[in-house]
Amino acid sequence: MPSPAYPSPLVRGFEVVIGLETHAQLSTLSKIFSGASTHFGAAPNTQACAVDLALPGTLPVMNRGAVDRAIRLGLAVGAKVAPVSIFARKNYFYPDLPKGYQISQYETPVVQGGRIPFVLNGQPRSVRLTRAHLEEDAGKSLHEDFAGQTGIDLNRAGTPLLEIVSEPDMRSSVEAVAYARALHALVVWLGVCDGNMQEGSFRCDANVSVRRPGEALGTRREIKNLNSFRFLQQAIDYEVQWQIDRIEDGLSIEQATVLFNPDTGQTRAMRSKEDAHDYRYFPDPDLPPLVISPDWVERVRAAMPELPAAMAERLMRQDGLGADDAAVMTQSLPFARYFEAVRDACGQPKLAANWLMGDISKRLNAAALSIEHMPVAAPVLAALISRVADGTVSHNGARQVLDTLWADGSADVDAVISAKGLKQMSDSSALQAIVDAVVAANSKSVDEYRAGRDKAFNALVGQVMKASLGKANPAQASELLKRTLG
Amino acid sequence: MALTPDDVSRIAHLARLQLSAPEQAKMLAQLNGFFSIVEQMGAVDTSGVEPLYTPLSAVQTVELRLREDVVTESDQRERNQVNAPAVEAGLFLVPRVIE
Amino acid sequence: MSALPIEHRGVGELAQGLAAGEFSSVEVTTALLSQLQKHQHLGAVLATNAEASLAQARAADQRRANGAATVLTGVPLAHKDIFATDFITSGMATTAGSKMLAGYRSPFDATVVARLGNGKSHGESHGDEDSAAAPGAGMVTLAKLNCDEFAMGSANENSAFGAVKNPWDLARVPGGSSGGSAAAVAARLVPAATGTDTGGSIRQPASFCGVTGIKPTYGVCSRYGMVAFASSLDQAGPMARSAADCALLLSAMSGFDVRDATSAERPAQDFHAQMLTARAGANAARPLLGLRVGLPKEFFPAALTNDVHGAVHAALAELEKLGASLVDVSLPRTELCIPVYYIIAPAEASSNLGRFDGVKFGHRTAAPVDLLDMYKRTRAEGFGPEVKRRIMIGTYVLSHGYYDAYYVQAQKLRRMIADDFQACFAHCDVIAGPVAPTVAWALGEQADDPLRAYLADIFTLPASLAGLPGMSVPAGFGNGGMPVGLQLIGNYFQEGTLLHTAHALQLASDWHLAVPKGF
Repeated sequence: MPSPAYPSPLVRGFEVVIGLETHAQLSTLSKIFSGASTHFGAAPNTQACAVDLALPGTLPVMNRGAVDRAIRLGLAVGAKVAPVSIFARKNYFYPDLPKGYQISQYETPVVQGGRIPFVLNGQPRSVRLTRAHLEEDAGKSLHEDFAGQTGIDLNRAGTPLLEIVSEPDMRSSVEAVAYARALHALVVWLGVCDGNMQEGSFRCDANVSVRRPGEALGTRREIKNLNSFRFLQQAIDYEVQWQIDRIEDGLSIEQATVLFNPDTGQTRAMRSKEDAHDYRYFPDPDLPPLVISPDWVERVRAAMPELPAAMAERLMRQDGLGADDAAVMTQSLPFARYFEAVRDACGQPKLAANWLMGDISKRLNAAALSIEHMPVAAPVLAALISRVADGTVSHNGARQVLDTLWADGSADVDAVISAKGLKQMSDSSALQAIVDAVVAANSKSVDEYRAGRDKAFNALVGQVMKASLGKANPAQASELLKRTLG
Repeated sequence: MALTPDDVSRIAHLARLQLSAPEQAKMLAQLNGFFSIVEQMGAVDTSGVEPLYTPLSAVQTVELRLREDVVTESDQRERNQVNAPAVEAGLFLVPRVIE
Repeated sequence: MSALPIEHRGVGELAQGLAAGEFSSVEVTTALLSQLQKHQHLGAVLATNAEASLAQARAADQRRANGAATVLTGVPLAHKDIFATDFITSGMATTAGSKMLAGYRSPFDATVVARLGNGKSHGESHGDEDSAAAPGAGMVTLAKLNCDEFAMGSANENSAFGAVKNPWDLARVPGGSSGGSAAAVAARLVPAATGTDTGGSIRQPASFCGVTGIKPTYGVCSRYGMVAFASSLDQAGPMARSAADCALLLSAMSGFDVRDATSAERPAQDFHAQMLTARAGANAARPLLGLRVGLPKEFFPAALTNDVHGAVHAALAELEKLGASLVDVSLPRTELCIPVYYIIAPAEASSNLGRFDGVKFGHRTAAPVDLLDMYKRTRAEGFGPEVKRRIMIGTYVLSHGYYDAYYVQAQKLRRMIADDFQACFAHCDVIAGPVAPTVAWALGEQADDPLRAYLADIFTLPASLAGLPGMSVPAGFGNGGMPVGLQLIGNYFQEGTLLHTAHALQLASDWHLAVPKGF
């Protein structure tokens, strides 16, 4: 294994080695092997058709949409899309696994290799991917409400998953989270997964081991089903401490599958599944080999959106945005699309970026809205920004206009500016008149200014603004005052 | 290569089959008899031969046919659960699963 | 025009009678329901539902009155209990011959059942697929027929619901796993039945019971709704009293199905028309002129009993008289087919049967103490000994450390066996030989010797492994007056050639017309 590009942060003298397996539910309408709906939240077993329930005689038929999404992800991470890949049965018994086997891919996955770039502590990093393969999700077990029994809901059984397996390239829980966040942002950007972690759309298993620097890899334990970035970090941190404690006590680490308890913050090995590893994989005889032609790959490639990293780089180059601004503008595809729509309509990329990063983001966060539910349409915001740029309204004035636009969905920016009387004075003779009046009425400040006290100047500017009821353009007012005072 | 009683109980567990001691003994004898027939297979040189997982691929390329991503199944819960051994509130009930 | 009583008429004859208004479907159905009742001692029938059958018959008669009948409309048949039949329309459970599925009410029809019956596989129409489908042939389902449990067996002694008796000698087995289908057809309880063939389960019972059966090329009939045994081997096929009847049924049963990803994408076939199409260069006296019939030397070993040998050669002599030429060929890996099949089929079966776990449907053990106990006792109680044996074999050969040496090796040999057939077909058009080394044996004779039964599959396994179409055609009688079948194997999608050859033989001989005493 190649050494990472930066020295590993040691924990109590140990190096931490982490690989992540991420299960991303693909955003298809129907299941991977049946025509039942994948919509979240339906009443139990109302979206589990005969095929999903493994009723005798049922057979799987593959969903093209799942393959499309796998190809898209493969291209986005620079992986090889296998021209031929095979579906295999992974055989084991569990109540949420209706067939007694999961249809997955074993020896020949659909996506091979690739990498995920991200930023860690201000430095660019990347984690290599081993593979990504298609498989079906299992159902859900509900342990709470049935005294001594478990209730099984198979609605989720058959939902398409892309299992994305990283190389064990990560060296800290922080890095693991950064990788997971980057992967999450990418699958959402590409539209292959909705990324809704509360609904279980994006789940991570972390393979964690420790070793003293220079030694061979330690035995790893697998922490399963982490569905938040916070839990991912907590679980890894706890597990690392646990493993180090054991090693320092002279005990060995046994390979195990481990669950994280969010309430206690601890990891605990699952009940022993000794033969859990003998899945007796064999190619599924119900599903001939999946063939992906170069034409198909090209069609997917042609329809792909520009990737966030490339787009950020373009915004920096074409629009002169700084790296941070570009990163914020490319936080999600809808956000980037919104930014570009605003920018194109008003021709003010930097102003647009500032508004989006500042006032807009603040309001969205406060209202817990995503950009897709932004109450102010891009052309309307663009019109407002144009009015700031051409001096019709001050920045503060524009904020007040935005309040109205946001609250009542008006689209006529000029009307709102007029209605609120926020139009800055553009008539210089009227302004000159006010300046003359203020100078005449504030001889003390004028004398102080002429005596060298700059603070007095600001006071005079303030008086001009007050006299103009805020409508004067502050820059223009300063300019005229200076000239008048000589 | 003969099976041992341990093999039989390990395989029975993997297959979730309860076998009594006499059943296991009988199974051991029958399986060993079976595998003695199978031994001749191992002697054949199959190097360079691709496995034939689906018969027609002997004479033509067989490709996986795909279906369009549309929802075609409606809620048939009642019909589909008519044979369920234990159901409550639409959920299949099983003895408590402990992880 | 046939003067036979209704229960002795074949599919074609009944179709003609219905078309001519000689009788109604209700009359035919009623007559056959009574036949089924009279001969329950055969053990061939697992379920009937007179009310449902008669309702279907009335619908068929109505359809005829509306001018919408097709050839098979209103003709009754029975289904091997491996095929799912919608409980609501058929009134019959689907058990696969197993306690595991006793009383199981399928919410849908197998595609094969729907195509022969009312055309809709899943109750109401589902999306584009079913609404675009043609209406079914309109046949009437009379019964679900007994079979070896999960289609595993060669004598129909592995059913959880009792053995089936051979109508030719009630002390003998009918063959398996489609023993109920073969016996019911031979005993004139039904004019035709569906069967399934994984390693010979249509051909061998057809041979043992003196009826005609065909296992088509893998992929010709949809497997959707067939309780799965070995997915890369299972095929549905018709069993009847003539090749012509089989052709009519196969045309209706077969064809591409969106619900089966291994279903062959080919246009609909009229096998009856193909069966009747004269060979180029042939004539009425020698209809098989130019047909090269290959005889693999491995199909005529010393172990072949004299009676079978004699009957098969008599049939081959008939083919020669009809203009065919006999050619010596070789299938050198014939014996290896036994271990190859008995590795692959149990492996796939062990996985396919994993769904029988007591969770969603089927048998569940009473008062399980925990989940593991539920699994183990449910499956121990639900499965019979042969099924358990094959699950054990299958689980073992797929398990870690053995997969390459057993399963992969078997699949490689399978390709070599398929290639051997292609080498033969360079020299012949069909391959012929016996179906089984002996005639039907006595009930109970092989009960404790599963291996012996495996070895007796030697002639039917090769075509199964290669996915080639194979037929059994009645070819006279052997020891004890028991029927002997001639096996014909064709190249991929050559069902027409097989049916044509069998039909020519049946026009020139009367073995297929013999009736077992008492029926």
